[in-house]
Amino acid sequence: MTEAGSTPTLDGQGRPLWLLCELTYACPLACPWCSNPLDFDRLGPELSTAEWRRVLAEARALGALQLGFSGGEPCLRKDLEELVAHGDELGYYTNLITSGLGLTGARLARLKEAGLRQVQLSLQACDPELGDRMVGGRAAAHKLAIAREIKAQGFPVVLNVPLSRDNIDQVDGILALAEELGVEFLELANVQYYNWALVNRAELLPTRAQLAKAEASVAAARQRLGRRMTLYYVVPDYHDGRPKACMNGWGSIHLTIGPDGAALPCQEARAVKSLEFPNVREHALAWIWRDSPAFNAFRGDAWMKDPCRSCDERGRDFGGCRCQALLLTGDAANTDPVCARSPHRHLVDEAVALAEDPARLRGRLLPRAPRGG
Amino acid sequence: MSPPALEAVVRRSPLYLLRWEPTQDAHVLLYPEGVVKLSPTAAAILERCDGSTVRALLKSLADEFPDDDIAPDVLEFLEVARDRGWIHADP
Ligand SMILES: C[S@@+](CC[C@H](N)C(=O)[O-])C[C@H]1O[C@@H](n2cnc3c(N)ncnc32)[C@H](O)[C@@H]1O
Ligand code: SF4
Ligand code: SF4
Repeated sequence: MTEAGSTPTLDGQGRPLWLLCELTYACPLACPWCSNPLDFDRLGPELSTAEWRRVLAEARALGALQLGFSGGEPCLRKDLEELVAHGDELGYYTNLITSGLGLTGARLARLKEAGLRQVQLSLQACDPELGDRMVGGRAAAHKLAIAREIKAQGFPVVLNVPLSRDNIDQVDGILALAEELGVEFLELANVQYYNWALVNRAELLPTRAQLAKAEASVAAARQRLGRRMTLYYVVPDYHDGRPKACMNGWGSIHLTIGPDGAALPCQEARAVKSLEFPNVREHALAWIWRDSPAFNAFRGDAWMKDPCRSCDERGRDFGGCRCQALLLTGDAANTDPVCARSPHRHLVDEAVALAEDPARLRGRLLPRAPRGG
Repeated sequence: MSPPALEAVVRRSPLYLLRWEPTQDAHVLLYPEGVVKLSPTAAAILERCDGSTVRALLKSLADEFPDDDIAPDVLEFLEVARDRGWIHADP
């Protein structure tokens, strides 16, 4: 008995360990950093309950273990309870990723009954006025009340705080609030610049000084908190100079299904317009995952160009994010431009420099287009 | 850090879901934002972290694996598991 211990299975051995279901793009809020597509109101109709049930079963058969319900606001779907129950029956670990709007104590109790394991709640600030201003609606007070209710009902909680110029100075207060709420996980996530966030980048990107202060707070909190609360800090890749190991590689462990049934290697993948993403209405998930051209387009490293092709890091970061490469350089097969070795790094440097410019004109944030809710 | 005492009661954290996963041919621990694949021995230990004492757990494992002196490895694993929050040990 020599091998007592375990190994984290980040390597899915070719299986889609994570299934993310974006049940709807409708949302009562209008966060200007929202990662939802800009043109979501032009996509096809939402999958029906029966279609979602089939997706859950097919993905489970492919080896999916973690199931996230997100959106938009997943609580707007009346069949959320039924889908959670089906996911739990199939053997998933079920996660709800929500703004908290549309959740009540009674609904949480029904979700618990249905087998929901975990809630990821987004929160923007400890100061409710700022919170409301950021999301473009009266939400902060409800978020706080529902956070307490979620804890009271015994769910483990991931508190997700998307960080931008407007709230990053509140990190100390947010840490204190998270501690007071008693959440198990706090995710301080620097906003990633896709879709609405990219449109609003000049207004959202924090300064170096802001980041340095926030990172000092995070380091101090890690010391103080120990095992009481797990702190995830999603680094700002623009400032870091190192690309993220995006999705652990394209078509490696992650599968997103959009409200319209589009199957995507990541939530942002629709940005790569040159690829045709297969739809679960037309194809079996096994074919989509294993054989579809879209999922194979950037698997492995044969697609890489220089500098990635000859770089020792390519097995660790997979050349960064394909969507970011496409959005900033026009070619998804380029090195992620946040990488210090990318010939396009100047594009990122310019954005970072603009954030430092005190004379920078402060424009107006463009709120995410509302629909439904 | 030291391993839990022989009289300590060990219990899996309710945050973690332990179950057999046929597609991995292994036990897995599922938790918010993560998946851990367990070795057969790790799974055998964690299955026994059900409110029994470390002493009882060692005895039960020794019955199942009579050929080896397993105690040192088990104690080391319990220490790691407690450190990662997979189990609670009281006291
Ligand atoms: C798109 S939202 C959908 C769920 C729900 N409407 C909410 O906001 O919590 C999923 C998660 O992504 C986070 N998020 C949204 N846009 C982001 C961005 N550009 N960068 C990083 N996180 C983002 C949100 O805070 C939330 O935790
Ligand atoms: S607008 Fe805000 S609350 Fe709505 S989906 Fe986007 S991030 Fe979530
Ligand atoms: S050149 Fe490519 S593989 Fe090397 S560090 Fe940069 S992104 Fe990663």
